[in-house]
Amino acid sequence: MYSQGLIGADGQTHEDAAFLAAFQARIDAEQKIEPNDPMPEGYRKTLVRQISQHAHSEIIGMQPEGNWISRAPSLRRKAALLAKVQDEGGHGLYLYSAAETLGVSREEMTEQLLSGAAKYSSIFNYPALTWADIGAIGWLVDGAAIMNQIVLCRCSYGPYARAMIRICKEESFHQRQGYEIMIALCNGSKEQKELAQDALNRFWWPSLMMFGPPEGDSVHSNQSMIWKIKRFSNDDLRDKFINASVPQAEKLGLTIPDSDLKWNEAKQGYDHGEIDWDEFWRVVKGDGICNRERLKNRRRVDRDGAWVREAAMAHAQKRRARMASARIAAE
Amino acid sequence: MSEAAMPLWEVFIRARNGLSHKHAGSIHATDAEMALHAARDVYTRRGEGQSIWVVRSSDIVASDPVDKDMMFEPTASKIYRHPTFYEIPDDVGNM
Amino acid sequence: MSGTCETIMASNQTLFSYVLRLADDHLILSQRLGEWCGEAPTLEEDLALANIALDLIGQARALYAYAGQVEGKGRNEDQLAFMRYERDYQNLLITEQPNGDFAHTIVRQFFISAYMDPFWRRMESSKDEMLAAIAAKASKEVTYHLRHTSEWVIRLGDGTRESHERMVEALDDLMMFTGELFEMDAVAQEMLQSGVGVDASDLKAEWQHTVQTILQEATLELPKAGHMQTGGRTGRHSEHLGHILSELQYMQRSFPGLTW
Ligand SMILES: [Fe+2]
Ligand SMILES: [Fe+2]
Ligand SMILES: [Fe+2]
Repeated sequence: MYSQGLIGADGQTHEDAAFLAAFQARIDAEQKIEPNDPMPEGYRKTLVRQISQHAHSEIIGMQPEGNWISRAPSLRRKAALLAKVQDEGGHGLYLYSAAETLGVSREEMTEQLLSGAAKYSSIFNYPALTWADIGAIGWLVDGAAIMNQIVLCRCSYGPYARAMIRICKEESFHQRQGYEIMIALCNGSKEQKELAQDALNRFWWPSLMMFGPPEGDSVHSNQSMIWKIKRFSNDDLRDKFINASVPQAEKLGLTIPDSDLKWNEAKQGYDHGEIDWDEFWRVVKGDGICNRERLKNRRRVDRDGAWVREAAMAHAQKRRARMASARIAAE
Repeated sequence: MSEAAMPLWEVFIRARNGLSHKHAGSIHATDAEMALHAARDVYTRRGEGQSIWVVRSSDIVASDPVDKDMMFEPTASKIYRHPTFYEIPDDVGNM
Repeated sequence: MSGTCETIMASNQTLFSYVLRLADDHLILSQRLGEWCGEAPTLEEDLALANIALDLIGQARALYAYAGQVEGKGRNEDQLAFMRYERDYQNLLITEQPNGDFAHTIVRQFFISAYMDPFWRRMESSKDEMLAAIAAKASKEVTYHLRHTSEWVIRLGDGTRESHERMVEALDDLMMFTGELFEMDAVAQEMLQSGVGVDASDLKAEWQHTVQTILQEATLELPKAGHMQTGGRTGRHSEHLGHILSELQYMQRSFPGLTW
């Protein structure tokens, strides 16, 4: 569940003009680029970075919600939440696989995450404090992610687009799951409704930040558009998300925590208050309340699992050796 | 810190009997049996599968995109391989 | 007239207990497995463990729903799963043992699956139609759990020196909880006699055979059976259950009587 615009893209590329023109012609003709096709180095690097950031986000994103599996308030909710967090792990897996087609291994990408060199969506550095947060995350965070991921299904790089199609199919239950939790809270007691409003208050702005800062005329972002890795600007997607979410909040009887939010008849959409981009950059750069903990957890999991992976590899090696010697003995 | 890469496998799934196996994605596993388990646990969670193939990615032999013209262009002109190439009077009926 | 009625009441009470304890086994074990989500040694295994946990939650839900129906006091699956006290849970002690390292989790799951596999297969011919139906579904699921954990036992036992040692320790730690699997108390006896329940004591030979075959391939040995712990079926648990319940029941206890 991720949706933030690429952080720190580097689309620089060094191929000659004829090569780039031929490549661009394929992109413009809406041809998909496949793993072994010739491609500009900048295209490859941008994709590796974006897909791996996306994969890391899915994996780190398992933590805030995973935190509530043992405390889910009913068996039905427990099963749904576990299945949902499991899906996010699967999404990470599909995306790592897509990035691997570009010549980078899962182990390398994992090391980049664990060393802190790679980024992931900053939304997951916000804590899930109450059960209502599980509702808000599904509704808003997955909702924002879906908004972005639907367009990525048409990304010019074949393996990424295919991974996104599978992911979008699975995502469709995530947002419904979250919104259903919110409905139950809002139809419940006064304290349940307060939980819901509190969760919305805390997750609304970080959800809007998920789309990334306005690009302005950032060269990198433009290059991503030209290569059809991305197809809409961050602001366009954010507006779409706000327009979809406001009526959903109204149905719940909840108040969006933005006093400047109002309908703009001319643009047939909502105008919203100012987003605190200082907060965004602060959290992206590591100063959210959970950043250190999220990475530490991931490092611990990696460390604790190392002996298991080693053992499985050693066993496979032994088996191959046994088969080889059995073959020699038979000859 | 750097650890040996676990082999990559391609997963092919037959959704229903009567259909062919279709590429679903990839997984990592140390050996064939675990690859089958991983493929089942990752790619058939929503009733997508009746049968699974797993193939070591390194065992797949792929054509080189550079050879695309040589490999696939010559067939474009052999239009007599397609039924629409032949003219049969309408009153003969479906053929 | 009243005599017959009492017999039905009594056996309903027994059936309720019998179904409830099975439900508790599955709930507590799934709660443990759920703790692995996001923590497994590989992404692939993360999904695999969650799949097993989801199977177990599904089985627990079916069993609690049925228990509530048998009891006839209008308690639903959640009231049974969340709103009882420690001493009222009747799960087997092995199900509540901590995850420990991956070796402990695999051995625990392997021991239980090697038991539940023949258990559910026999339950498929129970005279109780509902239990037979639950068993038909569960037996397919648990056969895979057994297969999957067996593969891991083999790889970890016959992997590296470290993995072998960890497996030996896990087997040593968990062996004393396996005796309880085969106990037949009055409830189980009555259920067996009425053709509803399974003779757990009769599953021991098959369990030993399954476990030993795999351990042998894994270059491991089943530890000598020393003193076996018991008490889960009468609500005498290890210290771990209380902590499991404090998380499991947190919401229901903090906000009693609400719908989520
Ligand atoms: Fe996502
Ligand atoms: Fe999601
Ligand atoms: Fe996701």
